Amino acid sequence: MSGAEVLALNNIHKAFGGVVAIQDFSLNLKAGEVVALVGDNGAGKSTLIKIISGVYSPTSGDIELDGEKAGFRDASAAREMGIEVVYQDLALADQQPVYMNMFLGRELTKGPLNLLDKKRMRRETQELVDELDVRIPSASSTISNLSGGQRQGVAIARATHWASKLVLLDEPTAALGVAETARVEALIEQLKAKDLAILIISHSLDQVFRLSDRICVLRRGEQIGVRETAKTDKNEIVSMITGVA
Amino acid sequence: MTRLSSRLHGLDFQQAVVYFGFLAIFLFFAITLYDDGFLTQRNLTNIVLQTAPATIMAIGLVFALSAGEIDLSFGSIVAVSALSCAVALQSFPLPVGVLVGLGVGVAIGAFNGVLVAYLKLPSFLVTLATMGLFAGIARSMTNLRSIPVMNETFTGIFGSGKLFSVPSLVIWTVLGVAAGHLLYRHTRFGAHVLATGDNPRAAQVSGIKVPRVRLYVLMICGGCAGLAGLLYAGRLQAAKYTLGESDLMTVIAAVIVGGTALNGGKGSVIGALLGSLLMGMLNNGLILMNLKVSDQMIVRGLIILIAVAVSLRDSSR
Repeated sequence: MSGAEVLALNNIHKAFGGVVAIQDFSLNLKAGEVVALVGDNGAGKSTLIKIISGVYSPTSGDIELDGEKAGFRDASAAREMGIEVVYQDLALADQQPVYMNMFLGRELTKGPLNLLDKKRMRRETQELVDELDVRIPSASSTISNLSGGQRQGVAIARATHWASKLVLLDEPTAALGVAETARVEALIEQLKAKDLAILIISHSLDQVFRLSDRICVLRRGEQIGVRETAKTDKNEIVSMITGVA
Repeated sequence: MTRLSSRLHGLDFQQAVVYFGFLAIFLFFAITLYDDGFLTQRNLTNIVLQTAPATIMAIGLVFALSAGEIDLSFGSIVAVSALSCAVALQSFPLPVGVLVGLGVGVAIGAFNGVLVAYLKLPSFLVTLATMGLFAGIARSMTNLRSIPVMNETFTGIFGSGKLFSVPSLVIWTVLGVAAGHLLYRHTRFGAHVLATGDNPRAAQVSGIKVPRVRLYVLMICGGCAGLAGLLYAGRLQAAKYTLGESDLMTVIAAVIVGGTALNGGKGSVIGALLGSLLMGMLNNGLILMNLKVSDQMIVRGLIILIAVAVSLRDSSR
């Protein structure tokens, strides 16, 4: 909780043509902290994630990473800065093995011909899934043969492997059963223990209260408020989300 | 032990089909056509020589299909490349002819690729159009005349020659398959091709330059078609607008039977080689059986239908 400040969003404003998607949003994230972003459909949560990950650039306002102003040209620039996203629809290549997904776009090579170092990618993937206790048959398994929870485990493991600062999770458990959700939540706890800053979007308030240190509420692009999870309750959050006191 | 079992696990049904089909058809012809000389070394070598251009085209198509694209124009590229090369060889030395032939192939592939990758047109329609376009250009280039290739070094290297008593077309086949397999299975580019065909959005957010991959695979297709054109010109010692015209169906069938998915993300260069040899064996066997041309077409069509049905079964539904 008392980690260094990793990300600062200052007065972020985003409009698509005349439609305002986000107005005047400010938030700080510290290392080892989990902040939950909640709000109804269309509140602007995913837009905000896309701004932080460099997919959209804000109309005005600025983003600071480690205290320095960061203007991401695109998603790969944000990735190079140590920001990883776990997308709602996973972004895995289904017919490829786990280890190729783990290194997708960042494959390891060896030798003068720069041939793929499959052995090393397989080994490092195996070490990573073992460390995070993601239970998959092997690093060589094809993604399409895995369950939804195992796939989400792979996606989160990938983010962990590459993120040095910040992990953005967009509804990581939306499609999962109870047991699988518990496993993914345990994974998120591990990321936190690794001193990464985590921003999570979730529709499940139970989950938000289980995982987060702070809760940030959005309603129709407007930042309603930020609460410390320990000092608030579901009733307050629900009324903030809906606007009904 | 675990390596082996994971290897066996990875060898799925669809990719195994081509091996069994290959063996089954080989054995069938070996037994029924034994007296007609199917098993003679000369006949078997002939099959490999005749399929060499189709195998080279098939390698290119594996890349295009794996990236989720298709190239229907490669047959026309074969003709235009072969004719360009033959015309160039009439007044220029061998290296110029070779470069012109290959360069024309790559350039047409790049033309397809730019339309697909950057104007975001579907490759099926783009290459359907360029197939017709370049078939027309092949006809008008030399007014339907065939151009003889007199350069004996050229016909040696790309046709009837031998190196250490191995026919040059066999060497081209082996080199093509080896280079294709290496690029496909063991380089970052190959991995990016597969990821692009598998899930373009995942590839994109992982930093893979998806449009560039699409451009390159169609250029590879064009380059392979160009090389196939040189092999035809070398073997036949002439180039004509009809070269490559009848290869479209055979090559697509060879690639699909060889375990490459029509909708991307999965494929095999070695499988395409086997698929191509299988098609060649089929042609050869049906001729040795003394079937009429019309019957050959019917039987070949039916066998391709069965082979494709078996190898695609269960892949998406």
